[in-house]
Amino acid sequence: MRYAVGLNRARLSLFDKLLYVNWLLVLLICLTAGVGFGMQVSAASGNLQLWAQPQMIRFGIGLFIMLTIAVVDTRFWLRAAYVIYGLAFILLVVVEVIGETGMGAQRWIVLGPVQLQPSELMKIALVMALARYFHGASLETIARPVFLLPPLIIALLPAALVLRQPDLGTAAVLLMIAAAMIYLAGVKLWQYGVIAVIALGAIPVAWQFLREYQKTRIMTFLDPERDPLGAGYHIIQSKIALGSGGLFGKGYLQGSQSHLNFLPERQTDFVFTMLAEEFGMVGALGLLALYALVIATCFAISMRCASVFGQLLGMGVTATFFFYVFINIAMVMGLVPVVGVPLPLISYGGSAMMTLLIGFGLVLNVAVHRDLRIDRRGRMVGG
Amino acid sequence: MRNSDPGRNKLFTRRALIFGGLQLGLFGTLAGRLYQLQVIESDLYRMQADDNRINYQLLQPPRGRIVDRFGEVLAVNRQTYRLLLVPEQTPSVELTLGALENLISLSVDEKARILKESERQRSFVPITVRDNLTWAEVSRIEVNIPNLPGAMIDVGESRYYPYGPVTAHLVGYVGRVSERELTGDPLLALPQFRIGKNGVEKFHDVDLRGEAGSRQVEVNAYGRIIRELARKDGTPGNDYMLTVDIGIQQFAASRFGQKSGAAVVLDVHSGDVLVMVSTPGFDPNAFNVGLDQAEWQRLVNHPRAPLTNKATAGQYPPGSIYKMIVALAALEAGLITPEHRIYCPGYVELGNRFFHCWRKQGHGTMRLVDAISHSCDVYFYDIAKRVGVDAIGAMARRFGLGERSGIGLPSEKGGLVPSRDWKMAIYGEPWQKGETLVIGIGQGYLLATPLQLAVMTARLANGGIAVRPNLVRGVVRDGTAQPTARGAAPSMNLSPAALAAVIAGMRAVTNDPTGTAYRARITDPEMAMAGKTGSAQVRGISKAERDSGVIRNKDLPWEQRDHAMFVAFAPVNAPRYAVSVLIEHGGSGAGMAAPIGRDILWETQKRDPSRRVPGTVAGEEI
Repeated sequence: MRYAVGLNRARLSLFDKLLYVNWLLVLLICLTAGVGFGMQVSAASGNLQLWAQPQMIRFGIGLFIMLTIAVVDTRFWLRAAYVIYGLAFILLVVVEVIGETGMGAQRWIVLGPVQLQPSELMKIALVMALARYFHGASLETIARPVFLLPPLIIALLPAALVLRQPDLGTAAVLLMIAAAMIYLAGVKLWQYGVIAVIALGAIPVAWQFLREYQKTRIMTFLDPERDPLGAGYHIIQSKIALGSGGLFGKGYLQGSQSHLNFLPERQTDFVFTMLAEEFGMVGALGLLALYALVIATCFAISMRCASVFGQLLGMGVTATFFFYVFINIAMVMGLVPVVGVPLPLISYGGSAMMTLLIGFGLVLNVAVHRDLRIDRRGRMVGG
Repeated sequence: MRNSDPGRNKLFTRRALIFGGLQLGLFGTLAGRLYQLQVIESDLYRMQADDNRINYQLLQPPRGRIVDRFGEVLAVNRQTYRLLLVPEQTPSVELTLGALENLISLSVDEKARILKESERQRSFVPITVRDNLTWAEVSRIEVNIPNLPGAMIDVGESRYYPYGPVTAHLVGYVGRVSERELTGDPLLALPQFRIGKNGVEKFHDVDLRGEAGSRQVEVNAYGRIIRELARKDGTPGNDYMLTVDIGIQQFAASRFGQKSGAAVVLDVHSGDVLVMVSTPGFDPNAFNVGLDQAEWQRLVNHPRAPLTNKATAGQYPPGSIYKMIVALAALEAGLITPEHRIYCPGYVELGNRFFHCWRKQGHGTMRLVDAISHSCDVYFYDIAKRVGVDAIGAMARRFGLGERSGIGLPSEKGGLVPSRDWKMAIYGEPWQKGETLVIGIGQGYLLATPLQLAVMTARLANGGIAVRPNLVRGVVRDGTAQPTARGAAPSMNLSPAALAAVIAGMRAVTNDPTGTAYRARITDPEMAMAGKTGSAQVRGISKAERDSGVIRNKDLPWEQRDHAMFVAFAPVNAPRYAVSVLIEHGGSGAGMAAPIGRDILWETQKRDPSRRVPGTVAGEEI
């Protein structure tokens, strides 16, 4: 195969890199975030300052970070992958220990204007570490069962820590990311089946480790009517809000369920419900289509990439994004338990937005360095 | 390492596409769920959203007023004021309470309760600081309202009876709805709703109540009212104008003082009830707020039964007042003439039993007029024996005894007029001749209410027209007065001569110097009355007591004394008003009941309510 010399250069100029940034993806991200700003204004009953403005500032900073990540040489990220994973893991342990000893300790760290939860950072770090791990492995290597042990440990350790916090949603997302990446890395299907069976067998064991309120959440999900004023209240009110929105919705700022406070957490976890109440099924499908476009673009970028690291990194971030979207929307519609996963780019809050923009930065990085061939250790391979 | 392994690249592409397909499928699931919720089940959720958002509130209609025949208010809705505190409108509940303390006294307990409630309730829910504020307190608070953040005066309505105990039995009272009175009408479930518990308030409750309005309000999840969506005002209850004259009513009640009894004044032509008092009374206003258990028990267990309307629900042997009935039965049957004479030796012997006259030494020879005037028992023993119990009973029923008058008051009693069949049915024993003699003087099984005796007197006075007592003069519906529709009362078809003979006897009772109630006569010839006394025995008198001399009433314990009774009508030449007076265990009818009856009848004639133009204020023409 022959590639244009300029694209296969060891060093691309900043101008070149910016040229190769997938601006369609940036546009789609901005569009989605714009929808989010609109919903933040509605959640505050027309008040711009309350939620929309801080959200915009955060997005602006995030956008800058995203583009910065995009133009950094992809080999730096390859080499730094384990270090970043290790850092994230240490932070997770530190926060966990502090959380255990100091009552009410915050589960996030502050980096200047940006707040980051170690568990959020871990999602990206896990994607990077797994992409790095499978990058240099041939199919024969991957077929060895022993080769599969390190990635399992890489995934299970942080998931267990996060579950102890306890953050059911994040733990589930971490495991799903790992599952998706191990599958995409080319693990033999029978091995995959064995892992899946073991994972399913672990569910009753994991159930024992769940806190009472987590069990209640799952039980309430299975039968929300059993506690209509307590734990089931959120999901019942959310379904009422969604259903009463109908095909075309009640109109912007007109959602009675949202604005009369029947809908809980309307600016964060249940923001999709508010959107579906005010804009109806048409609006909700429109947002789903926008998300689908984002995912498809990320897909195309990942598929187009020449290196395994880039492919897996792009697909990992895409999977993370998809799981956020799916779990949140399925949750507010009563399809999965309420696990506290925000709606990407739209829910109010800095941590998830920062994680996602860092992730998208990596996807854009993959796009910029799509033709770069790199060896196991992150060196350029001449071609 | 370069990704030049074509097999690996193919595998990645295949798996990526499978993974992408899976994502697409899951997105499809989400879209399907959206379709299910927002299209298929949308109507259901829209209804639930409205249920969430819209509260229906009943608006209590104002209860109809009750006024007397001249429009004087007997029952009305009075505004009451209470002090509320809305915690969210004050920077500090304690601060406002502290400022309030200087205006109205607040106990430590009250303050503790308010603070506790303010912590428990949502901050926009008003807390009641004090109910039933006096006007002075309201003024003090209103003046200082700028210094009292969160405080507000709430105006409510409560029923008020300006005449209190005087109209308590007639008008009745309202109280909280009891479990048994709930009919499913949501109006009754309102905490501030009051239902008629007695008297006119109870009998005409539904009409007085009006129809509830409603309003729809939008509320948020915490129950705060955001705005009113729709409002339908209710219909106020109808006003009731009664036939009573509150001026005479008050006079009659005051005339009783502490005595336990009842009085009824009727217009003999229309049957209008001008007075209906029962004593002792009680304060109907107390029931509105709610009595405490001790007060309630005191009223229920009071020996003089203040809660009972003795005029309609008290049943007493009519005693000598029944003699008019016996005389009329005998005259109408043609068994005697007014000139029929009987010698009274002081007793009558029947079989081996003696039946005594109240005058031990006897009355000598008596004509009918003398027998009524002197209330000679022997005369009536004799004629009762001739007429028989069933014919006397038939005459009594023609005069309205033995059945409820249907005046329109709850718990009216019908009295008792015995007959042979009645005794066989109740006791399974045949009627004894001696019992007929006892019936002749109004004792035995006989029972009558003071209202029935007034009706009887009215029918005697109006020449034998079967008037019915009437309590409601008219109802004001939708602002227009509707007088109570009444047909002309039917004639009882009594012979004028027989009636004249009995009335001559009654005239002598109060106007002949030998009559039993001569001392209680009305001296003004324009207002002179005819009447009849009665002293109904409530105990048996043994032979030994009879021999040693019957114990006088004032030497007996209260509950063993005779009931003192008196009926009369006036003016005697052109009868207009009839009165019936009962004093429980009052002793002698002539001594105790007749003076009160006389005073009431005199006062009635002076005010002459039947001839005054309705609408003028009571007392204006006196």
